[in-house]
Amino acid sequence: MASDALLFYLFGGVTVLGALAVVTQRNPVYSVLSIIASFFGLAGLYVLLEAPFVAVAQIIIYAGAIMVLFLFTVMLLNATREDAAEWDRSHPLYRPFAVRVGGVLAVLLALQLGWALSRTSGLGVPIDLDRPAVSSVQELGRVLFTDYMFAFEVTSILIIAAMVGAVILARKRDE
Amino acid sequence: MPLGHYLVLSGLLFAIGTAGVFLRRNLITLLLSVELMLNAVNLAFVAFGRQWGAVDGQIITFFVMTVAAAEAAVGLALVIGLFRHRESLNPEAFTSLKW
Amino acid sequence: MQGIIEILTAPQTIAYAVIVGVVFMGLQIMAAVMVYAERKVAALMQQRYGPYLVGPKGLLQPIADILKLFFKEELRPKAADAFLFTLAPIISVAAAYLAFAPVPFGAPTTFFGLLDEPIKLQVSDVNVAVLVIFAVASMGVYGIVLAGWASNSKYSLLGGLRSSAQMISYELAYGMSLATVVMMAGSMSLTEMVDQQSGYWFGFIPKWYIFLQPVAFFVFACAGVAETNRAPFDFPEAEQELVAGYHTEYSSMRFAMFFMAEYINMVTVSAVAVNLFLGGWHGPFVPATYGWIWFVIKLAFLLFVYLWLRWTLPRFRYDQLMSFGWKVLLPLATINLLVTAAGVLYFGL
Repeated sequence: MASDALLFYLFGGVTVLGALAVVTQRNPVYSVLSIIASFFGLAGLYVLLEAPFVAVAQIIIYAGAIMVLFLFTVMLLNATREDAAEWDRSHPLYRPFAVRVGGVLAVLLALQLGWALSRTSGLGVPIDLDRPAVSSVQELGRVLFTDYMFAFEVTSILIIAAMVGAVILARKRDE
Repeated sequence: MPLGHYLVLSGLLFAIGTAGVFLRRNLITLLLSVELMLNAVNLAFVAFGRQWGAVDGQIITFFVMTVAAAEAAVGLALVIGLFRHRESLNPEAFTSLKW
Repeated sequence: MQGIIEILTAPQTIAYAVIVGVVFMGLQIMAAVMVYAERKVAALMQQRYGPYLVGPKGLLQPIADILKLFFKEELRPKAADAFLFTLAPIISVAAAYLAFAPVPFGAPTTFFGLLDEPIKLQVSDVNVAVLVIFAVASMGVYGIVLAGWASNSKYSLLGGLRSSAQMISYELAYGMSLATVVMMAGSMSLTEMVDQQSGYWFGFIPKWYIFLQPVAFFVFACAGVAETNRAPFDFPEAEQELVAGYHTEYSSMRFAMFFMAEYINMVTVSAVAVNLFLGGWHGPFVPATYGWIWFVIKLAFLLFVYLWLRWTLPRFRYDQLMSFGWKVLLPLATINLLVTAAGVLYFGL
């Protein structure tokens, strides 16, 4: 069981550090790479949660397809620097009043979260291992194509709409 | 591992994603932060699914992934379109309603 | 502490360590052999001698090549992104090695009675093996794309962009053909899929999936060649247009890593094809414990086909590549998938 905790902290650490790097990096290429590292951490967590199919889907879809799309766009636009300097002045959040109010609200939120966390009791209760995990692909498929049939079909329409939309939006308009 | 640990991790990820959306001024990083938030939710779903021995937690993640893919495709198409007009990825550059 | 030592010295653990070592070294040796074979086969097809000076029949040529690459100077363009420039070949080669992990290369064996119970001849038996290979293979594209971008050179960048577009396009057809076979087998574990291909129809036709699924094999072969960036789909490094594509700026061992990754990827794709379509380690005349002999023979044949293709077919044009992937291969794979699904559902094939 100890190795389980070790792995949790390892993967969780990779995930959180990756996520932090995404937000703090200046160069979008590095941001994309950090988020991929983060996704690998998440995939490890899914394996720990006995959901190997989700873990692999995470790698294939997120890391293998969506992030390649991001990287492709970054490289295509060749916009690897954040051009912040010239716009900073006009940003409303940079006005002192807004910053102060926002800061107070953020501190309040953090306090509230800490208070709520300190009062919950069930935080340390281990995951119920008596309930068997559902990790077989067969079972996943069965539920997906029976109980979630409608949602599944609607998703395909969403994909088509997104595809058409993306093609039309990114197309060069020749006037 | 206790379920609570997974939920705290998920909350942490979501917070980082939210912070990214508010603090960064690069359209690509904004989209990446949104992806982080979606993934935080996924983690919570799978953890809950494991806790109750239910398959639904994993199923929902597939729908979230599909939505994320659609969102990324349309979002990046928009980014490319905007970049063509202003040569910038800063959301502040796109404040005019018409050009 | 005692327990750990006991686990570490257990015959089972040692056997696994040996298998990992064999796979690791085997892939490396395969890459070296392929370098030699590539040149010899090319020479054969063009009626030349090929390498013949170093060692008998030029057999030591790969070693000479490796030594040369070791002692070359590591060059890095001044404008290159230092970190990513170094990281890119590492990603490529790591993904290539990792993809072979779930591939079984022989029937479970006891090593001539050395072990109490038989162990599987593969690094790790995952129940979603097919998807793991697919996922890891899709990681290889990052090595190429990052190399192209980090080099800060137009040829490299064009090669990197081309390869990402190509690999994403062909990944779909690749996945579809995998799904077809998964449906036939009703399992995602490669070991189980191989075992379902044992036996014969009418006593002499082996029950390989290539006979049931020729279309899927065709799609898999095309997409596999495209995924490994080999001719006639070698756009990322098209010499005549892009100098050397994504590895234009690379030299010495960094270049060697890309080279190794390419050959190891070829081996992995061929090994997966052998397991999925050609019955893996099953074959006549050889007892099951020596099944890996059949595996190696089939693998060698597929690798030869790779070289054969390269020196026979000219490269496509880029628009032909894209329209072939999206308008021919993908619809073909989809229709094949639907037909197979109907067949499995109604006739229980």
